[in-house]
Amino acid sequence: MTRGALRRYVPSLVLFGALLLIWQVVPPLLRIREYLLPGPVAVVRAALNFSIPWHAHIWVTTLEILGGFALAGAGGVALGVAIAWSGTAARALVPFLVVVNTLPKVAVAPLFLLWLGYGVVPNMLIAALIGFFPVVINTAVGLTQIDEELLDLGRVFGAPKWKVFVKIRLPNALPYVLSALKITATAAVVGAIVGEFVASQAGLGMVIVNAQTNLNTPVAFAALAWISVIGLGLYGAVGLAARAWAPWADTP
Amino acid sequence: MIVLDGVGMTYRAASGPVEALRSISFRVDGGELVALVGPSGCGKSTLLRIIAGLRPATTGRVAVGGHAVTGPVPAVGMVFQAPILLKWRRIVENVLLPAELAGLDPGAFRGRALELLRLVGLGDFADRLPRELSGGMQQRAALCRALLLDPPLLLMDEPFGALDAMTRDELNLELLRVWGEGSRTRKTIVFVTHSIVEAVFLADRVVVLTPRPGRVAELVPVPLPRPRTVETRASPAFGALALQIHLLLARSA
Ligand SMILES: Nc1ncnc2c1ncn2[C@@H]1O[C@H](COP(=O)(O)OP(=O)(O)O)[C@@H](O)[C@H]1O
Ligand SMILES: [Mg+2]
Repeated sequence: MTRGALRRYVPSLVLFGALLLIWQVVPPLLRIREYLLPGPVAVVRAALNFSIPWHAHIWVTTLEILGGFALAGAGGVALGVAIAWSGTAARALVPFLVVVNTLPKVAVAPLFLLWLGYGVVPNMLIAALIGFFPVVINTAVGLTQIDEELLDLGRVFGAPKWKVFVKIRLPNALPYVLSALKITATAAVVGAIVGEFVASQAGLGMVIVNAQTNLNTPVAFAALAWISVIGLGLYGAVGLAARAWAPWADTP
Repeated sequence: MIVLDGVGMTYRAASGPVEALRSISFRVDGGELVALVGPSGCGKSTLLRIIAGLRPATTGRVAVGGHAVTGPVPAVGMVFQAPILLKWRRIVENVLLPAELAGLDPGAFRGRALELLRLVGLGDFADRLPRELSGGMQQRAALCRALLLDPPLLLMDEPFGALDAMTRDELNLELLRVWGEGSRTRKTIVFVTHSIVEAVFLADRVVVLTPRPGRVAELVPVPLPRPRTVETRASPAFGALALQIHLLLARSA
């Protein structure tokens, strides 16, 4: 990382540090008990207390998030391509997708468990279900929102439809897809945790539920911290991919 | 080569119909360089698209190379009014696009693409992305793209409009060379411009259009000797033609 990039993060790092400090110092002064609001030191201690099998929980939750993200990405792009490619497909799919998207996914989660049992797969599916819609929409928009003149270009050179699709429409859609995937990265985290809340045998969401019943709040906060590490990691990776694969796009 | 017979075009816009062109009739012979001048909005770009077969005319008949135009005309080089480069492709890859779209091996055209870029002064920019180039440079790259497959028919929509006067003069000479001014096998070129000087300098004939709806105000032959050179612009005959066209435009305005 260059000096300039470092300097860019200075304000947010300073703010973060100040908040941590306030969080550490102020609650004890107000006599707020640790089981209500543990300080950062207690949280970090819990997060690094490896008598709790953190790695196993992190592994399960990460798997659910990545699986859900991949499913949402692949399924979303496929559906978006279908919608953009054929008007019939669009008319058939769009109302259906809108209905699916307006379903409260939290309410669907227990059904998935009923059908698929405990485990990683139902939580992956919930994560995918929450995250796929923006990918569908952005893919379809990126493929169709295209300068009429760019399409004329294809027609002037006598290109067949599939070639215009591959050489012009698809690259045009790439920044749209990548920016949707950033949303999906965050949504997949929510989906995986929601799934684990409903029922699970492992995972950071389950850790939170258990810690809550035991009033072991530092562990709940620690799980939260690990979740946000995973979430930030995925979000950052998508951001890096966007910059590497679509350097021409204006969106940062 | 090109026959336009009573061509009219009315756009159906949301705010109501817009008549862009009305009963346009003229022909362009094979190997001829015809310039199209007219005020902004008189339908020049529309006419070029109709000739290329990108838009159907509302009325009239269009034929290119002896065939009625019913869809995109094959083997046309087209320079649009905007450069419309693919912003994710490097300049040389943009120039190679026609080869790829036509199913030819782009590798075989790479040398020619680089040569064309050198010709228009973009030799050092082959590996840049379009957004790293100025508008005028992008337009020159678009010109190279149109020339890549050496098409016998070139349709050019204000290709040098975004260029400074000096570069424009240079590229006018270059265009005449590409056209084949000195040879017997010339391309056919329809060249839209809003510069009277450019039209007279380049063309065998100038088609003067009226304001919208565009109609043919006059077909002005340009009997200036070829090859045209820098001195051509200084000749009295050149000035007389430019003035004639200027008056035609002013009268129909
Ligand atoms: N797609 C379109 N829909 C509606 N009106 C159009 C469209 N394209 C061009 N026009 C109108 O047709 C007229 C001619 O446009 P154009 O051919 O671009 O003129 P020029 O190239 O001579 O400036 C203008 O009045 C313009 O507003
Ligand atoms: Mg125009």
